[in-house]
Amino acid sequence: MFRPIAETRPGPSLGFTFDGRAMTARAGDTVAAALLANGVAACRQTPVSGAARGPYCMMGVCFECLVVIDGIGNRQGCLVPLREGMRIETQAGRRQPDEVRS
Amino acid sequence: MNTIAEIGLLAEHYDIAVVGAGPAGLAAAARAAELGLSVLLADESPAPGGQIYRAITTTPVADRAVLGEDYWKGGALVARLERTEAAYAPGCTVWSVAPDEAGGFELGLSLNGKARLIAAAQIILATGAQERPFPIPGWTLPGVMTAGAAQIALKSSGLVPSGRTVIAGCGPLLYLLAGQLAAAGANIVAVLDTTPRRNWLAAIAAFPDFLRSPYLAKGLRLMTQARRKLPFRTGVTALAAEGADKVTAVKAQRGGASETIACETLLLHHGVIPGINLSNAAGCAQEFDPEQHCWTPEVDDWFASSIPGIAIAGDGAGIGGAESAALRGEMAALDAARRLGRFSEAERDRRAAPIRGALARSLRGRRFLDLLYRPAETFLAPPADETIVCRCEEITAGQIRDTASRLGVTGPNQMKAFLRCGMGPCQGRLCGPTVVELIAQAHGVSPAEVGYSRLRPPVKPITLAELAALPPTDAAVKAVVR
Amino acid sequence: MSGERRSADVIVIGGGIHGCSTALHCAMRGMSVILIEKDHAGRHASGVNAGGVRQLARHVAEIPLSNASMALWHRIEDLVDDDCGFTSDGQVLVAEDEEDLGNCRARVAELTLRGFHHEELIDAAELRRLVPAVSDSCPGGVVSRRDGAAIPLRATQAFKRKAAELGAEIREGVRVTSVSRDGTNWRVGTDEGNFLSPRIVNAAGAWADRIAADLGEPVPLEVIAPMLMITAAMPAFIRPVVILRKRKLSFKQFRNGTVLIGGGYLGRAIRDENRTVLDWAKLATNAGTVWDLFPIMRAAPVVRAWAGIEARMPDDLPVFGRSAKHEGVYHQFGFSAHGFQLGPGAGAVMAEIIATGSSNVPIDGLGIARFAQPAACQRIASTTGEDR
Repeated sequence: MFRPIAETRPGPSLGFTFDGRAMTARAGDTVAAALLANGVAACRQTPVSGAARGPYCMMGVCFECLVVIDGIGNRQGCLVPLREGMRIETQAGRRQPDEVRS
Repeated sequence: MNTIAEIGLLAEHYDIAVVGAGPAGLAAAARAAELGLSVLLADESPAPGGQIYRAITTTPVADRAVLGEDYWKGGALVARLERTEAAYAPGCTVWSVAPDEAGGFELGLSLNGKARLIAAAQIILATGAQERPFPIPGWTLPGVMTAGAAQIALKSSGLVPSGRTVIAGCGPLLYLLAGQLAAAGANIVAVLDTTPRRNWLAAIAAFPDFLRSPYLAKGLRLMTQARRKLPFRTGVTALAAEGADKVTAVKAQRGGASETIACETLLLHHGVIPGINLSNAAGCAQEFDPEQHCWTPEVDDWFASSIPGIAIAGDGAGIGGAESAALRGEMAALDAARRLGRFSEAERDRRAAPIRGALARSLRGRRFLDLLYRPAETFLAPPADETIVCRCEEITAGQIRDTASRLGVTGPNQMKAFLRCGMGPCQGRLCGPTVVELIAQAHGVSPAEVGYSRLRPPVKPITLAELAALPPTDAAVKAVVR
Repeated sequence: MSGERRSADVIVIGGGIHGCSTALHCAMRGMSVILIEKDHAGRHASGVNAGGVRQLARHVAEIPLSNASMALWHRIEDLVDDDCGFTSDGQVLVAEDEEDLGNCRARVAELTLRGFHHEELIDAAELRRLVPAVSDSCPGGVVSRRDGAAIPLRATQAFKRKAAELGAEIREGVRVTSVSRDGTNWRVGTDEGNFLSPRIVNAAGAWADRIAADLGEPVPLEVIAPMLMITAAMPAFIRPVVILRKRKLSFKQFRNGTVLIGGGYLGRAIRDENRTVLDWAKLATNAGTVWDLFPIMRAAPVVRAWAGIEARMPDDLPVFGRSAKHEGVYHQFGFSAHGFQLGPGAGAVMAEIIATGSSNVPIDGLGIARFAQPAACQRIASTTGEDR
């Protein structure tokens, strides 16, 4: 999807998982940017039809990049800074009762 | 500058609360703090700059030429704020602004999953702009993004689209982005320019003013550079994104011919419009601006809204660009200081005089761009029935047209009850203007006559647990004691 | 509609669900009708309430009207050609403890004595069958099984459309400024000129006190702004509407998964500007009640909160029926935040009273005469007002 440009300032990288897959991204990225940089196009399914959606505006307006982060759903990935060890998951339609209970 | 990392560290009360740390908010907060007022600058992003100066203090982009010299001007605005005593709360969402009963305001804020109510005597909303909705068939497919989204990825993370990339739409920001992405090494296979040819007729009258504007040299340079380097196709009249679970191609109509271009990323842009959700939900009056073709809060010469004590500075009160936004922030701060009794009207006017002059210069030529790059009707009110308009609730243009004409629905507030468009988490940010346009078309009236939705707080969702855990405010405690 | 008609058999003032329903039922009886609404139909209380179609826990004086209305709700599509989003999954009053359950038992016994059987006492097992997600500590409650919910603005507009189809003239965006006698007619002055009719219905909701005052029948009407909030779509976990007795709560999950939370916490109404201001501290208390009762809801995102502008009478009962002073004047307002369910039936009964002079549905205790003592009136009026 997205790749780093040739000339960037060097910086530390962070490890995280997306739906269980191990990934890394640059410290300072938002969750949505980290997913794009790892080739993830879709990060949620809509509650109405279940269609796949991915980040659209990257500035907190569209709510398309909603993901589950460390068990908490409905987080706007483009506004949350990535942290080491984050467990990020696809937000599947309406959330399930077990998740909600957390 | 005092950076607030936990919501408990906020004061109970500020003289001025500024919402949004783009150029308008940074300038307003800095000026107010320099005048000795207690200031809170709350911003949703992790770092200051807003969208135009996004990640100005944190960007990993090392080659200054990639983002252009205008971008790096933002650093001075942040540096100025850093020298003041202002409180700056990054990652902090303001979800409600409402008048309290003491003549001031109550703000609802969330930070790190905790919510709080605080008070401020004066409010400056500097919530900036968002990209105009660009509803075409397939625009909800993953891989279709706004041009601004790609620009944010570049500025804040040093990322560019990795595969075949198509850019579509029109407007100065589109050409700027195309140039930036090309300079950063992206594979741009087509720029599909939708500028309606007949717009030149409307815009030409505003051309003399444009000739004297700062936009001219910059604009021409951008255009010629972009045109020389990139595969431009002008006169595009219809677009559709294609693909099953992500975009694989874009279909473009030019005159009678249509062309399908394979791509992995499609970037859309039809200019920017004011972000009005917070001002609208706070009750500020707004009107339809026929030249910028968008809803805009009503403000006076000092950017004061219809609600005394709430000012709206920057692009959130009408699109004027970064330079004018910072100047408008300064003016709003001066007027807020006058309202708080720091100085007289005469003193305010004296201090504002040079700013007002610079503001007029910065806005010169704007009208030409507004008229030239106004999107064609077919992109404002999508003709294809299957086009999704409300992305959250998945409501199509056909459903909205049908409900407007068959059930006689005359406004977006009523439309919500029938179709739920605008009732999802984005609160109509991505469908509101299009819904109004479709209703207007169905009844043969102007968008101004249709009116806009009444928006409701919280303007960004908060969890029930956050709300339930709201700590009692001083005022609430007093009410109980009484 | 030509928009030119200036006189009719009946003029209805106010386009809420009550005004629209009365207009429809008058038109069904062959009367010519003009309905005058200052904004659009359902702009205020009728369009933004919780949509509860509830007989449960009503004051006995309202029950006959409520019964008449419920019969209409269950065939609403036949009446207005739109299902109004009506669903009937019952409403449940949850008892939070044994003392609460004792009160429920007494209430159901009292209703049975009066011959009403729509409320039914339930034990903990039945409560959990109906409301599986409810907190384990609740010992039982009361259910009214034919109750349900509808979509308020859609329902109100359906009544308006059907009335218009049957010939009623609907004048939206026209504000009534005065009401006065003109020979055998009533002259209704508006910002678009005068209208004449021998009969007028005051269904002006939170603005009805001004019409009543013009007619020399002042009422101690309080303007209130009950608040509601709604969450993003959640997994389906509850079908009936849930209410409480001790704490304020009304709780309803729609078929699309969103959950509506209310219960009568009041914001601030600014009646003359059509505006309301929310009180977040009270909404926090409201959210806290849900937090206690439905642990499943704790992470639900609240996406919108709002308040409608409504009329409340000091005894929480509507003003319904003939004027106490004038021939040809009828009042239908002050439903005190529970009038939505009554709309269809109240319109039918009102049309019957207008057409025939009486109705078999008892409306004792709802007349405007109960506010006629000037002293009492003044005392209450001094403690009310929208600026509190």
